[in-house]
Amino acid sequence: MHVTLRNVLGALGTAVLLLGCGQEAADPAVEPEDFAATLRLQLETAAPGAVIKVPEGVFHFQRGLSLKTDGVTIRGAGADRSVLSFKEQIAGAEGLLVTASDFTIEDLAIEDTAGDALKINGGRNIRVRGLRTAWSGGPNPDNGAYGIYPVQTENTLIENSVAIGASDAGIYVGQSRNVVVRNNRAEFNVAGIEIENTVHADVHGNVAVNNTGGILVFNMPDLPQRGHSTRIFDNRVVNNNTPNFGAPGSAVAGVPAGSGILVNANDLIEVFGNEVGDNQTANVLISSYFSANYSADREMMENFDPYPETIFVHDNAFSGGGDKPDHEGLEAVRLALYGAEGRLPDIVWDGVSHPERTGAEHAICVNNPPAQVLNIDGGNGYANPAVDAETHDCVHPSLEPVVLAELQTTGIAEES
Amino acid sequence: MGAAALCWLAFLSACAPGAEVNRFAPGEYPQRLSEWGVLQRQGDALALGRGVVPYDVNTPLFADYALKLRTVWMPPGRSAEYADHDAYAMPVGTIISKTFFYPLADGVAQAQEGWSGAVADLDLAQVRLLETRLLIRQADGWDAVAYVWRDGEAWLNLTGAVMAVELAHEGALQPVNYIVPSRNECASCHAAGPQPDALLPLGINTRQLNRGYGGGPGNQIDEWLGRGWLDNAPNASARARNADWNDAGEPLAHLARSYLDANCGHCHNAAGTADHTGLWLDIRNQSFRRLGLCKPPIAAGQGTGGLRYAIAPGAPNASMLVFRMASNDPAARMPEVGRTLAHQRGLAVVSAWIESLPGECSEPDYRGGLG
Repeated sequence: MHVTLRNVLGALGTAVLLLGCGQEAADPAVEPEDFAATLRLQLETAAPGAVIKVPEGVFHFQRGLSLKTDGVTIRGAGADRSVLSFKEQIAGAEGLLVTASDFTIEDLAIEDTAGDALKINGGRNIRVRGLRTAWSGGPNPDNGAYGIYPVQTENTLIENSVAIGASDAGIYVGQSRNVVVRNNRAEFNVAGIEIENTVHADVHGNVAVNNTGGILVFNMPDLPQRGHSTRIFDNRVVNNNTPNFGAPGSAVAGVPAGSGILVNANDLIEVFGNEVGDNQTANVLISSYFSANYSADREMMENFDPYPETIFVHDNAFSGGGDKPDHEGLEAVRLALYGAEGRLPDIVWDGVSHPERTGAEHAICVNNPPAQVLNIDGGNGYANPAVDAETHDCVHPSLEPVVLAELQTTGIAEES
Repeated sequence: MGAAALCWLAFLSACAPGAEVNRFAPGEYPQRLSEWGVLQRQGDALALGRGVVPYDVNTPLFADYALKLRTVWMPPGRSAEYADHDAYAMPVGTIISKTFFYPLADGVAQAQEGWSGAVADLDLAQVRLLETRLLIRQADGWDAVAYVWRDGEAWLNLTGAVMAVELAHEGALQPVNYIVPSRNECASCHAAGPQPDALLPLGINTRQLNRGYGGGPGNQIDEWLGRGWLDNAPNASARARNADWNDAGEPLAHLARSYLDANCGHCHNAAGTADHTGLWLDIRNQSFRRLGLCKPPIAAGQGTGGLRYAIAPGAPNASMLVFRMASNDPAARMPEVGRTLAHQRGLAVVSAWIESLPGECSEPDYRGGLG
């Protein structure tokens, strides 16, 4: 007499009948009684270890999807073949919200969500592979904020994925620990890849092109976790000159178009082996929290370190860039120091540092000839911008690689 | 006897007056709400099962102007553990229900702030029942499930639903996509504890229960003590109490903080699912900074509305909090789940409170740099 959940899963006819009870949609074509409904039910009722397969096709959703069972794999037939479309979304701040551990998503696409495409809130051992998140209309302030967005996660891998068109960051890792972001492509986002308040992240082998800013490493105040220790290496960060289309007031809305790699208020950062070029503001920007457009009240500074410290930039291949800063102050500096046809050096620093922590261990070290560091003297309204090789002629020990814990794979059951 | 006949028999027995409450294991929940015995339709009335007691909260969570009937049932002889602030620990077997409905006038659903709360006042001929949500205390924790009303019965719904409603609101008829949450979406709000995937009731705590039922005299906590539903409780004067949303005499700050507590604080607290925002709106937070005063956004996306601060004291229209409460855009609105309309009275109260806050946000003393 009682319909068990397992029976429901076994008999999709019943499932559709249940959905019918809900008077699902005003327009029945929006969320047809097909795989879209099946997928929602599978996510809602998944047993730990379930493998949920998404077939080839475009599936439309009116409401966000959510998953809270540990150990689930969502597997599509390819990032261009299995598409979850949220063009008609009327509810839900994400396309897919995951609050679970040992989660894997691979080989599918999430398109045109109202808010974030994929948000993973909490959880350990997260694998995102071959995922494509995109807003199909191209850069637009109305696009959702984040494409791939793990926050407060631990042991997180994002690889071979593509993020396009996010009005904040294509790949945004927030307040996480032990993270690898590798071999992805981020294009036409405000921020291509952003690592924020995260401890131990390796960002390598990625391509960040045509964003407003390519790869960002930020620390923000008022948060439970302060970030440090990020390695950015072997990435291709070129031509990130798309005009900033971030929501006004958001943290990235102040990122100048033409920012290659931008480090703000974060510590223990190693930038090496990257190909960075043709970013028209600067190939590398290193700044304190005071230089961010969102810096506010003094009060927040009580427990916050606003200075970028122990930064090591070495062995990158720089070319072009710095020739058209999207920033009044920087443009004035460029004209004054380098003339109308000149370009800013590859590395631009706001020059704001801790008044007491002046030791070499806190320095911004650059070992990347012939690249120069320009101190724009931002703390004094650009009064004395200058290249100062001596300050940065130092070396920091290399950071340890991030080692990810193995995924918990016990109890995996096929379910399709 | 065919399956249909069996079902019909079960249906009839479950509909008997003062029906026995039945318990079901996770994964074996019945399709019909009536089989639980908690409540069912009888003619134009809702009949509660034996031992099912309605309760009321001080400051409700807004749900697109739907009104709510809340009930609790505990296994006979068992009791809950009083707590000063946290959700009461309830015995295994406890079933909490919340039935959402719109009152009708000439057949048209009406947006209205409250109701008497008396089950006897529920004339189903004058009401559109939407859904009944159950929270069930199973052996391994709370479980949530929704039933959607159709043709006099409520039917199991695991995946959520959109219900088209024409709602008379602010002098106009407005189409509303009333949204029934999925199981997992239930968890996104009912996760007030330190374990993100552990569900908790939101209204079963001292500050919300500390009131009379249905606006009447007496006090629900005393009543629960009298029933033997609570082992103990401190004197009335020592019990926390949120503002009574329908009492115009409540101090503005308490009303606003209670509203934020009930509508935002279950996620926005130091251990909640939105702790990563650094914005804590639960009533126990005493830091104005954490409350959002002069606090810039972290990852608000469209939710910034082009504004700088969560709360700009004295300036509700410059406060993101107000912008997001007023927004109907799924990418910007708060709460993320549970509403598609802005709550005008909630907005008015929170705006008036922000208006009353003294001080101003100091501008950064250094505006050079790169941003």
